[in-house]
Amino acid sequence: MARYLRLLAVQLRASTALALQYRLEFLGQGALALLWTSWSLVPLLVVYSDRTGVAGWSFEEALVVMGWFTLMKGILEGAVNPSLASVVEHIRKGTLDFVLLKPADAQFLVSTARFMPWRIIDVLAGLAIFGVAFHRMGRWPSAGSMAAALVLLLCATLVLYSLWILVISAAFYLVKIDNLSYLFASIYDAARWPVDVFRGFLRLLFTFVIPLALLTTYPALALLGKLDLAVAAQALGGSLLFAVAARLTWTRAIRRYTSASS
Amino acid sequence: MTRTLRALPTLLRIGLAEAVAYRAELLVWLLATNMPLVMLALWSAVARDAPVGRFEQKDFVAYYLAALVVRLLTGAWVVWELTFEIRQGTLSYRLLRPLHPLIAYAAENVAAMPLRLAISLPVALAGLWLTSGGSLTHDPLRLLLFPVTVLGAWLITFLAMALVGTLAFRADSATSLFEIWMGLYMLLSGYLVPLDLFPPWVAALARWLPFRSMLGFPVELVTGHLTRQQALLELGVQWCWVAGLLLAVKYAWRAGLRRFAAFGG
Repeated sequence: MARYLRLLAVQLRASTALALQYRLEFLGQGALALLWTSWSLVPLLVVYSDRTGVAGWSFEEALVVMGWFTLMKGILEGAVNPSLASVVEHIRKGTLDFVLLKPADAQFLVSTARFMPWRIIDVLAGLAIFGVAFHRMGRWPSAGSMAAALVLLLCATLVLYSLWILVISAAFYLVKIDNLSYLFASIYDAARWPVDVFRGFLRLLFTFVIPLALLTTYPALALLGKLDLAVAAQALGGSLLFAVAARLTWTRAIRRYTSASS
Repeated sequence: MTRTLRALPTLLRIGLAEAVAYRAELLVWLLATNMPLVMLALWSAVARDAPVGRFEQKDFVAYYLAALVVRLLTGAWVVWELTFEIRQGTLSYRLLRPLHPLIAYAAENVAAMPLRLAISLPVALAGLWLTSGGSLTHDPLRLLLFPVTVLGAWLITFLAMALVGTLAFRADSATSLFEIWMGLYMLLSGYLVPLDLFPPWVAALARWLPFRSMLGFPVELVTGHLTRQQALLELGVQWCWVAGLLLAVKYAWRAGLRRFAAFGG
């Protein structure tokens, strides 16, 4: 365990050193992230310019969901996406050999290969959106709901990561998978809306199959202090189940790996 | 010119064969174009109790299904191919052929259309028919104009991509510029939000930008929200953009090619 923590620290340090080389990129990325965040608020503003509530969500509450969307996007693009995108490249080129040869768990190694520290801007933007939303509501979340939100944040990260591992596992079978990650990103986009606006098939899809509800809606409900304990427990159980399923799929998929090179 | 025309059928056949060979990829791409359906679900939820502006629930259905079809019909990916091939130097193979590379790219992009249509059109048509077939236009002139506007929309998409792609001759961050273009497109074309729902000044501004010509204009034409006069005026705007972009691409290509050094390759 301690060895893995040490490994994680090493990988983090390497990524940070790499990121610090491109300080100018920080400015560019920061400006872009701010632009995108305000840009992505426009549809929300248009929707609520005419209504006070949609599917039981007030503007401020929907804003909290948007905050979680932005925050999780930072985590996705900063901590999950970069390393896992390189796995696809490894599989296609056959260079996954070098990872498999190392005396540590391959899933751990590929999942921590690269971080993009600058994406912290998105996390900060998400927090700023929370600030605006709660300021408009004229109250602040209680300590209890903050703790619940934190637990659900961990769940959401776990689910996001597990989903990605499942996508990567598919790369062992399909090899050419660049646009599968694009598909994932396009589906994640739907998480910016509270899951209650969807009905029927989409609702089921986004709650159970691709649990977008777990990524943004439930954490938002937790922060607002509106989440049932039962739902929270289910979310916790669901995300653990997802993680186990992802791990099992990964170990099965990696057996299919036939080094393509040499 | 005649040489190019003679090569076209073969190019299209190759492109179609490629599209069929990578059909799984195509399917994934189609699934990734789910934004209109998500926005449709969202706006339907909003319009459930009362109409938004002039939009009732069934108007949203017609609008977003039409948007889905137009979006799939106007797909192009030349910017990624071009920047990749310029950086890798493999563009030199294309330059050796007695055919303008941009024509070859265009043929590859167009050749994927039949397959995309075959998958997407039944879905959209079934949706339209099941929910609100009534809100499509019945005016023959506008129905005739629709393919022309889709062609114009595709040309603008393709040429804008090609223009950004030629920047890769000079800078290496052309794709991030394209991301900004896409961001503008998302909002100002009517892809996420119908332009009529924006404040009037935004909608008026958008009318003169290329983005509306790329999606919102064909969609509003076929859903019957434009008068004949408006439609013809906007058609003029659209094809002005096509002509302008064509000139810009021609110039940028020639200027960029001079700097092309074919690393590796």
